[in-house]
Amino acid sequence: MRTVGPVIRRRNEEAGGALIGYLPVGFPTLDASVEAAVSLVENGVDVLELGLPYSDPVMDGPVIQAATQQALANGFRLADGFEAVRRITDRTDAPVLIMTYWNPVVQYGVDRFADDLAAAGGAGLITPDLIPDEAADWMAASERTGLDRVFLAAPTSTDARIRQAVDASRGFVYAVSTMGITGARSDVDVAARTLVARLADAGAPASCVGLGISTAAQVAEVLEYADGAIVGSALVKALADGGVAAAGELAAELARGTRPE
Amino acid sequence: MALRAQTGPYFGDFGGRFVPESLVAALDELGEAYDLAKLDPDFGAELAELGRSYTGRPSIITEVPRFARHAGDARIILKREDLNHTGSHKINNVLGQALLTRRIGKSRVIAETGAGQHGVATATAAALFGLDCTIYMGEVDTERQALNVARMRLLGAEVVAVTAGSRTLKDAINEAMRDWVTNVATTNYIFGTVAGPHPFPEMVRDFQKVIGEEARQQVIDLTGGLPTAVTACVGGGSNAIGIFHAFLDDTEVGLYGFEAGGEGVDTERHAATITKGRPGVLHGARSYLLQDEDGQTIESHSISAGLDYPGVGPEHSWLAAIGRAEYRPVTDAAAMEALRLLTRTEGIIPAIESAHALAGTIELGRELGSDATILVSLSGRGDKDMDTAAKYFELYDEENPK
Repeated sequence: MRTVGPVIRRRNEEAGGALIGYLPVGFPTLDASVEAAVSLVENGVDVLELGLPYSDPVMDGPVIQAATQQALANGFRLADGFEAVRRITDRTDAPVLIMTYWNPVVQYGVDRFADDLAAAGGAGLITPDLIPDEAADWMAASERTGLDRVFLAAPTSTDARIRQAVDASRGFVYAVSTMGITGARSDVDVAARTLVARLADAGAPASCVGLGISTAAQVAEVLEYADGAIVGSALVKALADGGVAAAGELAAELARGTRPE
Repeated sequence: MALRAQTGPYFGDFGGRFVPESLVAALDELGEAYDLAKLDPDFGAELAELGRSYTGRPSIITEVPRFARHAGDARIILKREDLNHTGSHKINNVLGQALLTRRIGKSRVIAETGAGQHGVATATAAALFGLDCTIYMGEVDTERQALNVARMRLLGAEVVAVTAGSRTLKDAINEAMRDWVTNVATTNYIFGTVAGPHPFPEMVRDFQKVIGEEARQQVIDLTGGLPTAVTACVGGGSNAIGIFHAFLDDTEVGLYGFEAGGEGVDTERHAATITKGRPGVLHGARSYLLQDEDGQTIESHSISAGLDYPGVGPEHSWLAAIGRAEYRPVTDAAAMEALRLLTRTEGIIPAIESAHALAGTIELGRELGSDATILVSLSGRGDKDMDTAAKYFELYDEENPK
């Protein structure tokens, strides 16, 4: 099974760390989203985070909301997510995580979802609105299937909750850089540096920082202290404005931030 | 265990906290502040005093015999939350949460609103307590409830028209949650109904249960006994839980919640969540939900903005699952007819939301017959709905030329 842990370790040995790129499935079309994801990997993205469009994305800012809303209007179905994972993993070596709000997984059936994701070659799930406290079904299904499970940690999380996120996660812990939702920001909060240090103290094997990262300089800055940098809205905007080629060019530019001086 | 003793985070299989980690600290802070406040006699006294001197509590009950003739001659008694300051039951909850906001030292409040009643109540409390206030309201609702938008602005609130998704209440909640995630250090989210993540379902219920506590005694004083049935409209379900709660362990009292049936529950245009939905996760809680096979939320429809919500509070889902309360749909047309009927027979213009409870009560009265006594939550007044009603009944001159 292709999981994210080994890739993140390898990229921290040979470079500054891992670059994780987010795109929503089905935007602007299913085919184009697969092409764009492949292009990200060809241009230096190490781990893919594929978002499943959802009607009520409370953690997402305007760029990703607009993209996922369009994908839903175009008729996105959950089965498209597994198909996208299968097509991307057939063509690249990058591990593919699915980012999904929780209700679609519940309705599909947590066990059935885990089985189909594993069968498609997926690496695991990032669950923005599922905290470990509510995740008993998913913990069991991911143990059974070997899938990664990425929970979030926030600057406001208590030490006990930081430990809980570290203990529950497999692959990496998603360190929320700043208090807020997805979207490019000029400054990635200093809170991220503190949070990653707290995660390390709690024994996290890997922490990746997301929310607000949009430039190679920010990737390099984050990789000074974190194991990976997650870029979402900036890539989605590039895809929306300039198509697959523009998304690939931005990925190549961002990947320069992973290389030490 | 007594049903009344049930607390969050779970009501049976329903409830919980399905939220981004970024919100957990704020929910914990609010929950802890609420748990302390519950035990603090000063908090209870301050809230009760605001109820007396500001809201106008206790609200009266009114028996409506001319209306009752259309409801099987059952004895019908209205609990008059429409007479509260700001025009609905929403103020009960808002004053409690505004007091808590002050206790946790935050200077700004945000809220979602559908019909605008919760937004107006929140803006009112913000004015009273000197808090900054932002209200999120779906663009569809800002258009059909323009008067309440003006009221909120006059009270000093910023009103943000939400253009995402279906542009109604559920999208206003999404946007308010995004604001809260971003500004949680300074901001408290005054949630308007008994849905959402723990502690909201329990806390909002506790601030609304005064409705039933007062009404239970008032009905006993008037009739010498408990009512046969208690009825209320259900969107998220805060007025319904408020009036039901005191009766939960009176097993001889039937509890009936009336959901918005829109254009009919056999069409796609309704908001009858318990009648037609199935359990799922939305806005931080597991509860009944209108959703498609993939778990995407289905857009609801109701002529009443306050009931136009595809979810419902988890305690209602639990009461439905254990059979303690029954939930039935009421169409737009039946609700509007009941609105006109109460107005013509009793001189009381109800909110369209509350008119759903009246329409359901007409049917229930005919089923139960003239020996029955039915207590109805008249949750709000109809002033805000005059434009909708005038168009619906063609009351404007240009549409009704002579």
